Amino acid sequence: MLNRRILSKAAMLAMAGFMTAIAAMPAAAEYPERPITLIVPWGAGGGTDATGRMIAGLLKDELGQPVNVVNRTGGSGVVGHSAIANAAPDGYTIGVVTVEIGMMHWAGLTELTGKDYTPIALYNYDAAGLQVRADSEWKTAKDVVDAIKANPGKFKASGTGQGGIWHLALAGMLNTAGADPAAAPWVPSKGAAPGLQELVAGGVDIVTCSVVEASALISAGKVKSLAVMDDVQLGAFPDVPTLKEASGLDWKMAAWRGIAGPKGMPDEATAKLSAALEKVWKSSEFQEFMKGRGFGLVWKPGAEFATWMEESDASLGTVMKAVGLAK
Amino acid sequence: METVLKALTLVADPYTLGVMLLAAMFGLFVGAIPGLTATMATALLIPFTFFMDPVPAIAAIVATVATAIFAGDIPGALLRIPGTPASAAYCDEAYAMTKKGLAERALGIALVTSVIGGLTGSIVLSLSAPALAEFAIQFSSFEYFWLACLGLSCAVIISTGSTIKGFVSLLIGLFIATIGIDGTAGHPRFTFGNIELMGGVSFIPAMIGMFAISEVLRYVASNRTVIEVPQQAVGSVFSGLGAILSRYKFNIVRGSSIGAVVGILPGAGADIAAWICYAISKKRSKEPEKFGTGHPEGLVDAGSANNASLAGAWVPAIVFGIPGDSITAIVIGVLYMKGMNPGPMVFIQSPELIYAVFIAFFLANLALLPLGFAAIRLSRQILRMPRRILMPLILMFCMVGAFAINNTVFGITVMLVLGVIAYLMEENGFPVAPAILGIVLGGMVEDNFMASMIKADGSMLGFFSRPIAATLGVITIMLWLTPILVAAWKQYRRMRRPTAET
Repeated sequence: MLNRRILSKAAMLAMAGFMTAIAAMPAAAEYPERPITLIVPWGAGGGTDATGRMIAGLLKDELGQPVNVVNRTGGSGVVGHSAIANAAPDGYTIGVVTVEIGMMHWAGLTELTGKDYTPIALYNYDAAGLQVRADSEWKTAKDVVDAIKANPGKFKASGTGQGGIWHLALAGMLNTAGADPAAAPWVPSKGAAPGLQELVAGGVDIVTCSVVEASALISAGKVKSLAVMDDVQLGAFPDVPTLKEASGLDWKMAAWRGIAGPKGMPDEATAKLSAALEKVWKSSEFQEFMKGRGFGLVWKPGAEFATWMEESDASLGTVMKAVGLAK
Repeated sequence: METVLKALTLVADPYTLGVMLLAAMFGLFVGAIPGLTATMATALLIPFTFFMDPVPAIAAIVATVATAIFAGDIPGALLRIPGTPASAAYCDEAYAMTKKGLAERALGIALVTSVIGGLTGSIVLSLSAPALAEFAIQFSSFEYFWLACLGLSCAVIISTGSTIKGFVSLLIGLFIATIGIDGTAGHPRFTFGNIELMGGVSFIPAMIGMFAISEVLRYVASNRTVIEVPQQAVGSVFSGLGAILSRYKFNIVRGSSIGAVVGILPGAGADIAAWICYAISKKRSKEPEKFGTGHPEGLVDAGSANNASLAGAWVPAIVFGIPGDSITAIVIGVLYMKGMNPGPMVFIQSPELIYAVFIAFFLANLALLPLGFAAIRLSRQILRMPRRILMPLILMFCMVGAFAINNTVFGITVMLVLGVIAYLMEENGFPVAPAILGIVLGGMVEDNFMASMIKADGSMLGFFSRPIAATLGVITIMLWLTPILVAAWKQYRRMRRPTAET
């Protein structure tokens, strides 16, 4: 009797133990069980960094694990993008992939393309603007294009490094207008802010960075934006017409940012991250932050993001070849 | 006004104040230990600033440096070993006072003049930087090119030791700056296919290596002598101080203002400010024969000068991104990290952050008075800290700092390699400061040169086409030609003399 009771008790204990083990096992193995690293391929303080950090902070609440932001800068984005692509595809290292992923390989800097990543979602899109000094004689985008066509080589432009996204915005615009893409020589700068400083100082005449990047100087009354290179106007800048309205040129160019991981991530992790990111994107905190800073909002998850990257890559390649920036 | 209030709330935050207090104590400790410099203290702070907002991060550096430069006077006066190079100029003088039994007076003078010098420097910084920024917004790549050239030239001319060795050191720095993708053509240079090198040599790990690792190496290679601390009682610090200060009030003003101006010059920091002001003090003194015998006059001049130069060095650092001394060379890296990219734009985009830095300077220098007093009292305990415990700790912090800047082990590699290079350079009499300036300014010189050439359609005359650029250009070229002309003149004289004798 006694023995049997002990035995049955032991059996029950064992059963209970087994049950808890079964119940606990998926819980323990469920993604994510440790902190996640989010690689930002651009420097702290920039737009990519700001949005990346915001997402990391909100993702932590959704996933219940810390999301650590790591800035891997340099090499025109090659260093950080390589770090994301070369990380172990376990879902614990993801990163912000930017428009440059479709440009670097055309410029011969790397072999990487958008196909080397597991796309999670596209979250931001900022169209290029056409900025000139506030006291400039140019009133519309058409004036600018006409002046460049009439005096090739006279007017200089800046806003980023040689062959950067804003350089392409200018070169593509001139190409569309039937002018030589190099008719307004590009003066390389270390980003939009030094380029705008050159504009204010009179060193260059045109800066084709995003309107958001110029907003501080626009409100300080030192710079004016004549057009945004997109199909629609910007909500935050209702006075700025689209390039098509302002000059008749059907040309658009934008920088974008999305979250992606290395190729071959487990489906479970991708699905979970995608769902969590969607909640983050829709949260009022994120929406307010993005609108407050003037960042454009767009949402394209998974396969849509992959298609987006492919299209972006192809169109950037076409422009880069047309303007002689591809190698 | 609204900006100043916003800045005040940023600094008055209890967290920021707490960070500043801890940083000030850290600065006193590091400064008081011979061989550990204020620059090294800044380098060691970097891993901690990662976790802070911009204002506490910058305030921490400000507080550390202000106290470290004063603390360097303590071992200088008690042991005749300057705690930081900034105290070297008047170390003998202060020690002579100690031998006369006036240790507390020497330290009292050092403390009060440091505070006054620091406050003067802060005033110079907060008045001149915004005014200069307003002016600097008109600067284009032509002006920046000349400014960077001027900075590099000053580094060579002012650097201690031979000009040739300073020039070689500068070239080493410029070479390091060329590694990575070049800004104009977007082409990788000296990367050997290494992706990490495409990003260039990140200058915070480089500087941690050059300042801290080289010091650790020097310790390992040295004879490890134990420092004997004199068992002399330190009496009342402030007694009889008023009379001395009122007697030499003109010296305080002179030392502080010259110090601040020397600080603004790129490449010249607290140590050079102290040397120059000590020399001026002796030359202009009514009783120069007393110098070196424990006379307070030179102490007053140089003691205020080195602290004044600290704030002065921030002027070109914030306005142009050109470091005024080796400390601000590191600060520029931290500013970039915190999104406060130096340049006139930051005065437009986030003026409250800049004003918060100014307020931090005033606060740190005011806090120096009580904290410095405590440090004088505790000096003997601080000086007894054994090196064999200290050096491994420093090595650890260096590793953490170099890793954390980019979260890559590559940073540690950069730090170690440059640490060995800096050690070898210093052992052979090559100053490290020009190399640092080369690393920081190399990209600036090149990018602005290329941008200017594109703008001017390849015409060299473009560099003289704008009035400010032309002025800066003429000054720079004169600076280059002066040593050559002087050498030629001497050669000419030497050639003439033998002929005259025959």
